[in-house]
Amino acid sequence: MKPRALTLIAALLLLPVTLCAAAEMRFPPPDFQTGYSLPDLNPDTPPTASSNGVPDAIVLFIALSITTWLVFKSRSRRGLFIMTIFSLGYFGFYRTGCICPVGSTQNVMAAVLVPDVGVSVAVLSFFVMPLLFSLFFGRVFCASVCPLGAMQELVAIAPIRISPALDRALGLGRYLYLGLAVLGVATGAGFFICRWDPFVGIYRMGHSYGMLLAGVVILVLGVFVARPYCRFLCPYGILLGWMSKFSKWHLDIPPSPCVSCRLCENSCPYNAIDMPTPQHLVQDPKIGKRRVRLLVLASPFMIALGAAAGYLMHEPLSRMHPTVEMSERIALEDLGAITVDNLESRTFRAAKQTTAELHAEAISIRGRFKTGGAWLGGFMALIICLKLVGLSTVPKLDVYTPHKETCFSCGRCYPYCPVEAVPKRA
Amino acid sequence: MSESNTMERRDFIRVAGAIGFAGAAYGASGEKSEQMLWQLDPNKCTQCGRCSTHCVLVPSAVKCLNQFNICGYCDLCFGYLQPGSRDRDTGAENQLCPTAAIKRTYIEDPYYEYIIDEESCIGCAKCVKACLVFGNASFYLQIRQDVCINCNECSIAKACPSDAFQKVPASTPYIYLTGDIESTRSLPSADATPPQTTLGPA
Repeated sequence: MKPRALTLIAALLLLPVTLCAAAEMRFPPPDFQTGYSLPDLNPDTPPTASSNGVPDAIVLFIALSITTWLVFKSRSRRGLFIMTIFSLGYFGFYRTGCICPVGSTQNVMAAVLVPDVGVSVAVLSFFVMPLLFSLFFGRVFCASVCPLGAMQELVAIAPIRISPALDRALGLGRYLYLGLAVLGVATGAGFFICRWDPFVGIYRMGHSYGMLLAGVVILVLGVFVARPYCRFLCPYGILLGWMSKFSKWHLDIPPSPCVSCRLCENSCPYNAIDMPTPQHLVQDPKIGKRRVRLLVLASPFMIALGAAAGYLMHEPLSRMHPTVEMSERIALEDLGAITVDNLESRTFRAAKQTTAELHAEAISIRGRFKTGGAWLGGFMALIICLKLVGLSTVPKLDVYTPHKETCFSCGRCYPYCPVEAVPKRA
Repeated sequence: MSESNTMERRDFIRVAGAIGFAGAAYGASGEKSEQMLWQLDPNKCTQCGRCSTHCVLVPSAVKCLNQFNICGYCDLCFGYLQPGSRDRDTGAENQLCPTAAIKRTYIEDPYYEYIIDEESCIGCAKCVKACLVFGNASFYLQIRQDVCINCNECSIAKACPSDAFQKVPASTPYIYLTGDIESTRSLPSADATPPQTTLGPA
């Protein structure tokens, strides 16, 4: 009696569950008579062992160490060239360019700026390692480890020298790119460095038409203007440059005292060799000091102006966010300005979210772009101020020296220097 | 003496700066330092077909899976058969799958087993949509983590109209079906149904 009652109670308790299950399925699951058993439900294929980035981080460390040795001890342009080919092959074509230290900047920024987002130790080491090497040895990462740099280093066959003024002006593009990338991460609009990566399509032998075209254009341009991406766009290069500026050791053109023979003058396609200061430019230090003082006084106004300009730019900037883009599209469709719907708008209209909710979300995102835009504008103005301060004093140099901030440590100048104990021809 | 002291001090500052910088970066990385992977939520998926065209891999890392405990083992499987096909057999002209990646095996009358050959699957979601509209909705898309190269910004995630892509911890790399069609899964909207609202001035 007792067991039967228990069974009855159990059946009654389970009834809603079974009814519910039956209501969910249009066709009841079969009751097999032949002893057939269901195949393994979830053949959980784990991610490949190398995808967590740990082996890549180890390879990165070894590559950075070898490059450091090649730059300082072996002083071999040929060795650096071979290392460049290895990095392009491994980090570029074999590992398909992901994850790279340039892109890892965004993961670290996301971990800092966005709540509930972290970054794995492997990715963090990708970001930190080249910077630490840069702090001690200069930009050895750029020399022959970065897959983006490697690609351009190999195609720079007939580089022309562009004027330092143009070089500096275009170099501001890197700061804008970094600012936009941080803005994209902070507002949740996306990872722009990865989205606009020009070479990832070439590594993977397929991407959108626009990205492949951008990659090819940069490579063709790179034949004549060496490393255009690194010099005018690379956001990570800024951080490396800052570190390299304070580096303990750095590539030297002459291993022993420079004889000022001028042979290396044209060897650097990156305008990264500072020449001895010509007599007529050596000026009274007071003039420089006065200029700096004026700039320091003017800088708060410039930064405020930049921030205001950035704030006013929030509307076009916010269109980079998919939700804002969607909200504008839906609004235009509702107004009749766009008469053909697309997959995105059809999907949105079929989903649960209402138009009002979408617009409200878009407005709150636009608010984020107001703050972010102001920061971006202020940052750009600050950078311009700092650049002007740098230009207003003439440094006193006696010998040919690599410019620590912009030198890629590529070793192109080695073979030109007659002071090299055993000249190594590249 | 004083010069060597200055140099040592500079070195000390440099090393301290390096350690501080690395430490700050590590601290900022927060507690959620587990590796994250891309995955798509089958409950949000609207079967638009972009998974097969927007992945940087060819064929796509997105594959169709069959949740066998939901599958009805139907003879007339809408995920397997082309609408209006004359015969219910394995003839190529009767199959919905463009790459014939679904293998149909007779189990017992009237049940057939459908297994997906993931090597051939391109993640086009044709079978997923048909099974969702007409059947038990046992087919669903997932990113195969052993195929996916885990791009920092997933190109399918960017193209996905229903915002179904998200990052999941590496310890739980899959999002399985819950089984309740009506309440949890988004029904296809793309070209199966016309837009809900009419266009033009209201």
